[in-house]
Amino acid sequence: MTTAQQATPQAGAATDASGSLVIEDLHKSFGDLEVLKGVSLTAKRGDVIAIIGGSGSGKSTMLRCINFLETPTSGRIVIGGEEIRMRPDGSAADRKQLERVRTRLAMVFQSFNLWTHRTLLENVIEVPVHVLRVPRAQAIEKARSLLKRVGLEEKENTYPLFLSGGQQQRAAIARALAVDPAVMLFDEPTSALDPELVGEVLNVMRDLAAEGRTMLVVTHEMNFAREVADHVVYLYQGRIEEQGPPSQIFGNPQSERLKQFLKSIN
Amino acid sequence: MEWVLNALGLAKSAELLSLSPPGWGMNLLRGLSKSLQIAIGAFGFGLVIGLFGAYGKLYGGPVIRDLLAIYTTVVRAVPELVLILILYFVGTDLINQAAEALGYGRVEISGVAAGIWVLGVVQGAYSTEILRGAILAVPQGQIEAARAFGMPPVMLMRRVTIPAMMSFAIPGLANLWLIATKDTALLAVVGFSELTLETRQAASSTRAYFTFFLAAGALYLIVTLLSGVFFQRLERWARRGQPSIRGASR
Repeated sequence: MTTAQQATPQAGAATDASGSLVIEDLHKSFGDLEVLKGVSLTAKRGDVIAIIGGSGSGKSTMLRCINFLETPTSGRIVIGGEEIRMRPDGSAADRKQLERVRTRLAMVFQSFNLWTHRTLLENVIEVPVHVLRVPRAQAIEKARSLLKRVGLEEKENTYPLFLSGGQQQRAAIARALAVDPAVMLFDEPTSALDPELVGEVLNVMRDLAAEGRTMLVVTHEMNFAREVADHVVYLYQGRIEEQGPPSQIFGNPQSERLKQFLKSIN
Repeated sequence: MEWVLNALGLAKSAELLSLSPPGWGMNLLRGLSKSLQIAIGAFGFGLVIGLFGAYGKLYGGPVIRDLLAIYTTVVRAVPELVLILILYFVGTDLINQAAEALGYGRVEISGVAAGIWVLGVVQGAYSTEILRGAILAVPQGQIEAARAFGMPPVMLMRRVTIPAMMSFAIPGLANLWLIATKDTALLAVVGFSELTLETRQAASSTRAYFTFFLAAGALYLIVTLLSGVFFQRLERWARRGQPSIRGASR
């Protein structure tokens, strides 16, 4: 069964739009190659949505289209009730609006992407101080508490490349939290880590999910998806093949491809 | 002190190089100072051209890219001595024509300004390529992260790209600076009294060619050595976030 169905909103709709995310009929082509063939997804405030799928299924591209790191070919993206205005070719029509929306979406990358010429503390205060114009002292105070929260309070004056991958990724999460994001986007946050370092990052993410953050997580960590996500989306060749609560996706998958996929990774 | 010089047969040279009048030392130092002024100005001017050039080549439209390609190709293809003659005479001529057209009559063009303009245009072509390479060497993810957090383009350049590319650019820029200090000598051909011309005048007046050119060589060498120390420090600072490639042995 191959249906690009609409995401089914979950019970108990939140009235507050600030942490919500709506993707409608998102298409993305690279030249002749159509990577996303009409994906729709809705996240309410506090939802944790895990996006799973094989390599080349379009899951990272989908995430990167949400903040326009990739320019969608067509579709609608609405964040916190505000639609990102697009030109007919899919590019953002209003740079100022895009920049403003981007400050409310925090992204955590597979390869951390910390600024290597800045210490951890400088990394965490960079966007608050320079983009959001928060007073420096206030930003530093908050950054220290965030670094403490991810267990890096001792390392605030260390440069990223002197740390382990797990530490860098936790710092990247602190950097993301520093902007008080409405929605957090995680692009395979543990894929570049040694196995023994994966747990420390997932623990921080569990914590964030528990405090009610809206999170979209592209991941290969099926245990994480099963335990933490409210909703799991399985992408196959640019379409949503199947989606539902983790108990259904992992306990009673319907589509043959999803069954195959789950078998292949276990 | 004196007997050492006497014993080595250098008393005459010391006299010639003395800083007070019968000696020519002061002239050489004045020449050196002019050379350094031009080198610093031209290097800085070249960096500004280079930064715009590099961004233009990387992100500009087809017309800008083509124009920049012509600029860097021509400047790097033509011998510097020829370029200096062309730019110097063309530049002064254009300014004079403009001045006359506006009714000011011929203007006196400062040698330092002309030197900076001429060498700066040459340096800019090389800077463009050095900085373009350095920008390309910045891990794309760091730029992407800045975009993802809503940084506007100019801030991104100032806060992320430029500091991140520094460590890649400095070795090439250090080379370029040393070339700038020595290219000032080429300005002697247009009669600009920098270190080399001052040296030649001192040498031909006193017939002590060896002494004076050796002294000038020593001055250029001192500039190079001090520059080396400076750039080494600058590079260490720019690489502060990167573990040493020598690993634990430092």
